[in-house]
Amino acid sequence: MPPLVFPRWPLRLASLAACLLFWQLASTLRLDLGLVTFTYVPTPASVLHAGWALLESSKLVSHLCSSLARVFAGYLAAAVIGVLLGLAIGRSKWAEDSLLPPLEMLRPIPAVAWIPLAILMFPSSEASMIFITFTGALFPILLNTVHGVEGVDPRLIASARSLGAGRLETLREVILPGAAPSIVTGLAIGMGTSWFCLVTAEMISGQFGIGYYTWESYTIQNYPDIIVGMLLIGLLGMASSGLVKRLGSLATPWYRNGGQSR
Amino acid sequence: MSACEKTPEAGRIDGRQLSIRLGRGADAFEAVQALDFAIEPGEFVCILGPSGCGKSTLLGALAGHLRPAGGSLLVDNAPIAGPSPERGMVFQHHTLLPWRSVLDNVAFGLKMQGVGKVERRRQAAEMLRLVGLQDFASRWPNQLSGGMQQRAEIARVLINRPRLLLMDEPFGALDAQTRARMQELLLDIWTRMRTTVVFVTHDIDEALFLADRILVMSPRPGRFIEDLPLTFTRPRDASLLTSPAFVHLKRYCLELLRHEEGRELPRLTPLGLPTTEHTPLRIAL
Repeated sequence: MPPLVFPRWPLRLASLAACLLFWQLASTLRLDLGLVTFTYVPTPASVLHAGWALLESSKLVSHLCSSLARVFAGYLAAAVIGVLLGLAIGRSKWAEDSLLPPLEMLRPIPAVAWIPLAILMFPSSEASMIFITFTGALFPILLNTVHGVEGVDPRLIASARSLGAGRLETLREVILPGAAPSIVTGLAIGMGTSWFCLVTAEMISGQFGIGYYTWESYTIQNYPDIIVGMLLIGLLGMASSGLVKRLGSLATPWYRNGGQSR
Repeated sequence: MSACEKTPEAGRIDGRQLSIRLGRGADAFEAVQALDFAIEPGEFVCILGPSGCGKSTLLGALAGHLRPAGGSLLVDNAPIAGPSPERGMVFQHHTLLPWRSVLDNVAFGLKMQGVGKVERRRQAAEMLRLVGLQDFASRWPNQLSGGMQQRAEIARVLINRPRLLLMDEPFGALDAQTRARMQELLLDIWTRMRTTVVFVTHDIDEALFLADRILVMSPRPGRFIEDLPLTFTRPRDASLLTSPAFVHLKRYCLELLRHEEGRELPRLTPLGLPTTEHTPLRIAL
């Protein structure tokens, strides 16, 4: 008899349902655990209600569009710069010594600490917001690219050179595809980090944007709306990371085991 | 006559007082020392020696991946300046590009020469037929068995019509039967595409079966301790392995290598010292 194979989605759904149930119970019972209290946490029902209200208002589309545009602009810039810098640093000791120290120093600086400088450095608040999402995405992409490039089998490079490949051809034919799986990982992580810098970015100003909506709801003490904003960011971040991973696996077909070419 | 059966013009190797150093600073050592040797064009030479004796190092220098520290190493009277498609290299484990089909891997050298897609694929298909892989052209390399991967690797190197075919224990990771088949296949290909072959191995049977001539190397620092011409008639087949002359020479080689026993050395590679472990992931969130 073949071993029973249980489908995995029931457990996944049950896990989500359990979280919701805990939330519902904790918020209606105003659970107070001393260290953390649910007294002021809105109930799922009120969040659902607030979410529905946002959906019915005309503002949701504008909020979504502004946020998506900022995240993607910052993310795209980070992807291009991160991959190019990563290739240079991974390939050349000179580039590593000259570029990596300042980057390593900038890396731990959180997005929120960039706000004042971002406002001072960029002409428009839009540009400074894009810069904040850029800082969020840059480092995961950069470091994963460096890691991917350094991980390329030196024998592959030696073989390609023995077969007549020059520097540029080696980069295009060996290094880039060899580092691709790692770059894709960096791009997927960067997508997520870019989203979680969004609230920070949209604290700067604006009228629209999910992050702005979340922050504004806090300042006017509209607690259910905060959670609506948080959930929206989580959902969008998850979806776009999933999209990047899917695109990435399409771009690296050999990486999926047993794939058939063409 | 098909394009596969053209013969490269030359492929003479001259080594004079050749030394190669590996490692840096205080850890540096001479992997091979003061080698004097000459290999004729079209000759099939096996370099036989224990693990870590420096035979792969010599191969790396011939391929242009390692630079001699002293003496000279000439191919057709010209010093070696870096890797070149004229000196093809086959490693112990295949180095096919995982992201290219077997066909495009074999066509890689022609792509580097700027040959158009249709033409290079046609020639690559012909090379694949020569090594018996015509039915696997569209597979990914990791879908092939170890023996097939090495056959594809050999086809990929030979498509460049190299003057030298450099092989670093190419069948060392294969099971005994596959290895025997690959040895016969290699000899078959070599009779059709005559090129100078330098074949590194620590397997005495393999060296005796394949070579015109065996250069026996002592452990670090590597020196040639015997230059053994083989006169077994070609084409050779498995019956050779049990012939009295073969067994006699095998005993002699065993004796030579036994002298050098007792010193286990880490394996060297044609790219120098074995690489240290991969750098850990530096992930940032």
